[in-house]
Amino acid sequence: MNKAPSTQGFVVDQPGMLSLIQDAGRFGAFNIGLTNGGPVDLLAFQWANRLCRNTLNATAIEISLGGLTLTAQVDTTLAVTGADMPLTINGEVRVLWRSYHVKAGDVVALGFATQGLRCYLAVADGFNISPSFGSTATVCREGVGGLHGGKLLAGDVLACGPNSTNNEANKNLVLVEKSRPKYENEIILHTVPSYQQHHFSSYQQHLFFSNEYTVSKSFDRMGYRLEGQAITCDIEGILSEGICHGAVQIPADGQPIVLLNDRQTIGGYPKIGAVSSIDTAKLGQLKQGGKVRFEPISMEQAHNIFHLNLSYFNRTELVVCD
Amino acid sequence: MPQHITIHLAGENALIIYFSQKGDGQVSANVSAKVQQAEQLIRKAMAQELGYELAKDIIDLVPSYASLMVMFNMMTTDHHQVRNKLRTLLQTIDQNSTEQVNSYKANLVELPVYYSHESGPDLSVIAQRAQLTVEQVIELHQAQEYRVYAIGFAPGFAYLGEVDERIAAPRLATPRMKVPKGAVAIADRQTAVYPSVSPGGWNLIGLCPVNMFDAKASPSMPVNVGDRVKFNAISKKEFLSLGGVLEVSYE
Repeated sequence: MNKAPSTQGFVVDQPGMLSLIQDAGRFGAFNIGLTNGGPVDLLAFQWANRLCRNTLNATAIEISLGGLTLTAQVDTTLAVTGADMPLTINGEVRVLWRSYHVKAGDVVALGFATQGLRCYLAVADGFNISPSFGSTATVCREGVGGLHGGKLLAGDVLACGPNSTNNEANKNLVLVEKSRPKYENEIILHTVPSYQQHHFSSYQQHLFFSNEYTVSKSFDRMGYRLEGQAITCDIEGILSEGICHGAVQIPADGQPIVLLNDRQTIGGYPKIGAVSSIDTAKLGQLKQGGKVRFEPISMEQAHNIFHLNLSYFNRTELVVCD
Repeated sequence: MPQHITIHLAGENALIIYFSQKGDGQVSANVSAKVQQAEQLIRKAMAQELGYELAKDIIDLVPSYASLMVMFNMMTTDHHQVRNKLRTLLQTIDQNSTEQVNSYKANLVELPVYYSHESGPDLSVIAQRAQLTVEQVIELHQAQEYRVYAIGFAPGFAYLGEVDERIAAPRLATPRMKVPKGAVAIADRQTAVYPSVSPGGWNLIGLCPVNMFDAKASPSMPVNVGDRVKFNAISKKEFLSLGGVLEVSYE
């Protein structure tokens, strides 16, 4: 068998609006100002890797909005999960949430998302990208990660090993429809009250947890700015401090910002709490106009939600489909 | 635990240790030294294990002025266990670490700044608030050496303190969508140089042509936590000859 050189994989014909190389994220470099990056919808990312029989940290592509077209240079297996984005292979319509064998020369194309915002495209064994500061995750604002620190460009070559597609151990897999995440336009953000919560009066906290907010035009991987009932805080600013994933920052205009994967590592706006990671994944699939409500939960409830979801993920089995 | 050190919730996978009254107190070199001491203790414990198994439980440590955020791995631990381990470690923090601050030999890093209306759109607002001339604001910003209290927000973003009270300025009510690379800025009594284009709510007073973060260089940054920084005014011509770029738009 003719083994392809490792510099081959997939050629980017059209990069789409925002397609990024991502692994599970960059950890351990927050102290020099490098944020986590990684997939906004971690669950969909992990499913894409499981469908390709990968480890959960294997490098994949996060496609926001859509428009990515790739041509395979090797025979391998791939899977796309996440938002409802029309997928075609050599012009034939294919469903998401399952794996496909592709051959060198095959053209894989994604249209634009009709429901949800981001998709994940994984290949068997992951893309072979050299890590920066321990991770391949691309953070454009930092110019770190991926092939060149930015979003995919036409002509980029994403290396991956060839993968045997014709033996018993490599049959395609599917996640059955009832087990797939649903991408809704109205979601609940379960939030642990934390940080400067005590600097918001009980009335302001009540307002925050009882009003509906709309995703504004400013939403990206760094954070989602919301519009709705303004919240006021007793203090204007604090000594800048570490910001965790999901932290809800309230600037002086009172409009909440939920901070996500590419958030700044440190900041000085007061924070009223932090949204659970299960729900930030859902928030990251919303576009302008999406509706959210915040619901307070205890740290114990947050851990319960996390572990129940993890348990469901681990015991949901993929089905062999050809 | 020593007095004034408290552990609070940050998020589902993070705790934050405050080293002064709830972290909203004054900037203090003494408190900052305690933060560094605690970070070093935890990193040492992570490296040596000491039976705490911290290395697998702690994902990231984020030191700042008066706080240390600890992110943990929800797959292997929970906030009770992390809190207990941190309490044990923090017992040994020196109540009076003044000596440590004084014995620390800090580098002095000098950074050139082109202060002007075109490079610092908020200069006149600060001057008006302080009832000073723009020239006086520029003079005051250069008048002293600053301590690097933290690095964060973005790679190479060094938080420096403290600016003269007269030129302190609250953050903008609505952060700008785009602050240019090299922007020299003030928020409250903190000052900093934006290392790359980013959104930001600080008041902009000038532009610095020095590259504050280069992933390919070693070290990646010209400053470290604990260093001293001094700003020196340069002309537009000098700014451009040092490779500075003048942005036309501030969004």
